[in-house]
Order: sequence, then C-alpha cells, then structure tokens
Amino acid sequence: MQDKNRSSRKSMLNLENLTHSKGFSAFTAALLAVALGLIFGFIVMLVASPGNALQGFNYVLLGGFSRFGNVLYFATPILMTGLAVGFAFKMGLFNIGASGQYTMGMFFALYVGFMWDLPPGIHWIVAIFAGMLGGMLWGFIPGIFKALLNVNEVITSIMFNYIGMYLVDMWIQSNAVIYVSSKSRTNYLPSTVQIPSLGIDGSNVNFGILFAVIIGIILFIVLQKTTFGYELKATGFNKHASAYAGMKGKRNIILTMVIAGGLAGLGGAFAILAPSAIAGSSMTYEPISIIAANGFNGIAVALLGSSNPIGIIFSSIFISHIQRGGSLANLVGFKPEIIDVVIAVIIYFSAFAMIMKAGLAKFIKTRLKKQDHSKGLNEDVTKGES
Amino acid sequence: MDTFYYLIQNMLPVAIPLLLVALGGMFSERSGVINIALEGIMLFGAFFGALFVYAIQGTGINGQWVLIMGMFVAGLAGFIYSLLLSFAAVTMKADQTITGTSLNMMIPAAILLFAKMFFSSDGITTNMKFYIRKIPFLGDIPILGQLFFQKTYLTVMIGLFFLVIAVIIFYKTRFGLRLRACGEHPHAADSVGINVYFMRYAGVGLSGILGGIGGFFYSVGVTDGNVNGHTGVAGFGFLALAVMIFGQWKPIRILFAALFFAFLRTLAYSVALIPFLNDLGINQTYYKMMPYIATMVVLAFTSKKSRAPKAEGIPYDKSQR
Repeated sequence: MQDKNRSSRKSMLNLENLTHSKGFSAFTAALLAVALGLIFGFIVMLVASPGNALQGFNYVLLGGFSRFGNVLYFATPILMTGLAVGFAFKMGLFNIGASGQYTMGMFFALYVGFMWDLPPGIHWIVAIFAGMLGGMLWGFIPGIFKALLNVNEVITSIMFNYIGMYLVDMWIQSNAVIYVSSKSRTNYLPSTVQIPSLGIDGSNVNFGILFAVIIGIILFIVLQKTTFGYELKATGFNKHASAYAGMKGKRNIILTMVIAGGLAGLGGAFAILAPSAIAGSSMTYEPISIIAANGFNGIAVALLGSSNPIGIIFSSIFISHIQRGGSLANLVGFKPEIIDVVIAVIIYFSAFAMIMKAGLAKFIKTRLKKQDHSKGLNEDVTKGES
Repeated sequence: MDTFYYLIQNMLPVAIPLLLVALGGMFSERSGVINIALEGIMLFGAFFGALFVYAIQGTGINGQWVLIMGMFVAGLAGFIYSLLLSFAAVTMKADQTITGTSLNMMIPAAILLFAKMFFSSDGITTNMKFYIRKIPFLGDIPILGQLFFQKTYLTVMIGLFFLVIAVIIFYKTRFGLRLRACGEHPHAADSVGINVYFMRYAGVGLSGILGGIGGFFYSVGVTDGNVNGHTGVAGFGFLALAVMIFGQWKPIRILFAALFFAFLRTLAYSVALIPFLNDLGINQTYYKMMPYIATMVVLAFTSKKSRAPKAEGIPYDKSQR
C-alpha cells in the first residue's frame, strides 16, 4: 500500500519535473498564443458570416489533413525562413531581413537555373547552393553593419529588404530568358533544375522538405553540442559577460547573420526550384514590388517554435497547415487573408505569452491551494466529529 | 525653373506624411518604446480615414472640410491601434520589436479581408477631390506662392502646423521634459514621482495619433485618397523610422531629413521629366532604391555618435535597479 503511494508520488514528481522544464513551458506558452489567435479568427468569422462560421473554422482546423502533401510543400520555405529568424534570435539578433535574403536566394537559384548549362544530375544541386550563397550575401551586409559600425540590425535588414526586392525585380525584368513579360512572371524552369518530387499523389511535395528538416536537426546539434553554438547562446543571454569571457562577439555576429541569411536563401531556392502542379512546370515569381511574405511568416514560425530548431520544424508545419485550411475555407466564402490575421494575432500574443501563462498558472495554483486548504479543513472537521 | 517648381510641389505632399510619422516615432522612442509598428499604424489610420471619406463623399461637403474631419478620424484610429502596442510593451513588458512586427502584419491582411468582403476589391477607392490648384492671395506671391501655395494639398499646411506644436510640446512644456526623462533614465524619473508607465502610454499614444494622421495624409497626397491592402503605405512607416534616426530624434532635424527623403523619392518618380537625368539612361529602379541606400550610408556615418534614447527598447520594471 505504502509502496504504491510512494511510486505514485514519484511519478507525480516526474510530471512536475517535466512541467517545470523550459521546453514544456515554451510549448504551453505557444499553445496559449495559438489558442487565442484561433479564437480571434473564429470571432472574425462569426462577425463576417455567422451561418458559415462553424464550417469555415472546421476547414481551418482540419482542412489541412486532407492535403498533407501540400502542407509539407508550403511548409518548406517558411521552415527555412523560420530557422533563419530563430537562429539569429538565439544570439539576440532580430533578423527581420529574412524576406530580402529569401528573395535574393530565390534570384540566385533562378539565375543558375536559367543561365548555366550543367548536367541534369547536379544542376539543381548547384542551383540550391547558389540560392544559399545569395542569401548569405544579403545576411552578411547587416552583419557587417552591426558588428563593425554598431548599426541596429533591424533597420539595416528592413532597408535591405527593399533594396533586395527592387534589385531582384529589376534584374528579372531586364532578363529576357528568365522573364515572360506578356504574363508578367518568370518562365518555367527547365526540369533539370527542379528538385525531384517525392512522388506522393495529388501534391507537389519534393525533397526540399527533407533537406529542410535535416538542416533543422543539424542546427539543433550545432546549438547544443558545439562551442560556436554555446558562444552564440551565451552572447544572446549576456553580451558583456560573453565578451568578458573572451568570446569574439563581432566575428560571431557576422557569422550568425551569414548563416541566417544562407538559411533564408535556401528557403528561396527550395520555393522557386519546386515543381508545380502543372506537369513539367515549376513555381514562378512575379516582380510586382512587394516584399516576400514568406520572410515575415518566418518570424511567426520562429516565435511559435521559441527559436528552437526542432520547435520550428513543427511550428512551420502548423502554420502551413492552417494556411492550407484557410484557403479551403474559401469554399464557404471566407477569404484566405483571415489566416494572415490569425498568424499576426498569434505573434502578438506569443510576444508576452510567457508572462500571461505565468499569471494564469499562479491564478490556478492559488485557486487549487485554496481548495486544498478548505478540503483539509473539512477533513479535520469530519475527523473531529467522528 | 518649371522643373524645380514641379519637384518642390510634388515633394511637399510626400514629405509631410514622413515628417508626421517620424515625429510620432520620436515621441514614442523618446519615452522609451521602440515603435516599429508605425507602418501598421499609418495603414490603420489611412484605412479609417478613407472609410470615413467614402461614407461622406456623397453629401456634397467641401473637400477641404472632409479632409480635416478625416484627419480626426484617422488620428483617433491610430491612437486606438497604438494602444495595442503600449499594452503589450508597457503593461505586459513584451518584446517591443516583435509586437510591432505583429501589428504591421495584421493590418494589410485585415484590410484585404474587409475590402474583399464588402467592396470586392483590394482596398477602398474614393473620388473626393482634395487637390488645391491655387490658394487665393497667397498663391499670387511671386516664387514663394508658386512653390508652396499652388498645386498642393491642405495637408502641407496642417503638417507644418503640427510640427510647430510638436516642437512646443517637446521642448517647452513640463510634459515634454518628463517624456524625455522616461526615455533616458526611467528609474531616475520614477524616483522624482513621474509615472513612467503613464508617460510611455502617452508617448506611444502621440505616435499613434501622428502615425494615423500621417497615414491618412499619405493616402491623400500620394495615392489620391485610395487605400490598398496590397501596397499599403509602401514602406513609408519604415522610411519614417529612418527619417527619425537620420534626424537624431530631434524635431527640426527630422523636418530636414523628411524633406531630403521626399526629394529623393520625388526625383525617382520624375526622372523622365528631367532632361539631365533622363539622358544618363540609368534604370529608374536605382533611383527608387536611393532613399534606402541613403539611409544606410547615413547610418554608417552617424552610428558612432548616435543620440538614441538610452532606455529605448527596455521595458520598465519598477523592481529592477
């Protein structure tokens, strides 16, 4: 009897250890933010058209499951931009420039795809690496500005989002091979540069998602097990202490931004080199002077995954899932933009979800304690009576 | 000479939104809160201003009165939206940059959602005429009249009036002094009995009002009274941040920075009209990139002696010393 009691207490303790761990706490905070965002979206749907709200919301929540291949397909670029934002965030850098790095990477991949003549087996691999290079370049510049001139990386990367977007649009529009001016979009890439499909019926999912997940796992290992990862996190926690300990802050800043840029650039390459639903065609890009949305969605993904590479893998799939669901909600008359609103609300709340959750936990705990206390009192009373 | 007049006349309606929004950013940052949400606040104000104009445009009220009323609506809207930022950043002590980013992302999507549902378009289109061909009397003054009082918008005069008020509030009132103290050393300010939380709410609120009005003035002076969810305010909120840094968080310098940026932008869009630049045959895109590149160059040179408020971006916590 006693043994049983002890073991149950032991398992309770284990549970407590688990619930007090940092990852769990971040997870529940993210869940809270997601719940609030979804509730907000549901309210917007209710206001917009009460009759269809329930069905539309059902599509948002569950619609993605029926097209899981496409969910993975659209998760690939935001997984990469999410890693780009999250990795820099570990060092205390806010890489809002993932959009520009993504666009640059996409252009470099496009350029190699169209202008270089390479054997079929390696053409797409070279194009992917070109994309990485383009992103690295666009991450390198804010890194230099931050490390050597102490210019805030947020402003630099915002400016370079615009510069990159204008540059890429101009380069594409002035290149007759890449650009189809009659359709105001880029041409279909030759099939030798398209990333091989995974061959799942009814979706365009390709090897990109596998690469992205592998890169996420590698980053996790780098952050947890290497000196560089340790220095990075230490600098993120306390810049001055890490400098005092002899870590080269400037070099690490530049390196981090270059890696982050490369990740976002890979995202651009994975997105543009992917085969699309029409046989033999690929994804295209329209140069219409708009900053790439995938970069900003990467911020949402990174925050939701609390900047942990493994968390980011799951959060990118989740964001992609509700995006697919949102486009399905179109069937009952809801515009897919509702998902963008939901995502923004999720970020807003996840910015202070930790504090909110702490408040909530405290509230529940005090309630429980009160209940325990009153229960105890009651027991005493009944004991006394008997 | 005509080209010069043309450039100035086109530059001023562009400069005014930048000026107002940058002043708003100044109030917010000098109180200690980084306001990266200016882009979203602008768009929110512009949207409600345009919605108001859309609702009222059939009643036959004079366009200039509509503009003034729309300005109040936009200012109120911006103020309300900025409360979301101050609640998160001041009360909840959340990361100010992230909160601002989420507020920026929310509005374009919300506008697209709303406009697609109710107007089945990407935004709001109004057909109110705000343009002023020539202001009586003032427009007849030689040179100056042609520069400032012809082919313009009422927004220019209102904007300069706001600048004067902002300078007075900022430097000549007790409120302004306290606001600046909260951005430099909130604990010191708190120790002499200033309510830091209130001052930060006030700073962000002022930036909301100015940002909303700036957004409405952008839609009046640049996009002809229309608001579109796709293009939004074309990065003017971010440019205003650059203007504010370029102006070193000081109102008069911000005016000159705004004029400089607006001049570059106007130049970019009127290259074809200037024979000298047109002959150079440089792609117009390079001119469009100029404001952003100029920002980077300026930041690179000024960052060493930057006068950024010391406590900006750090949530104020009474218990930390």
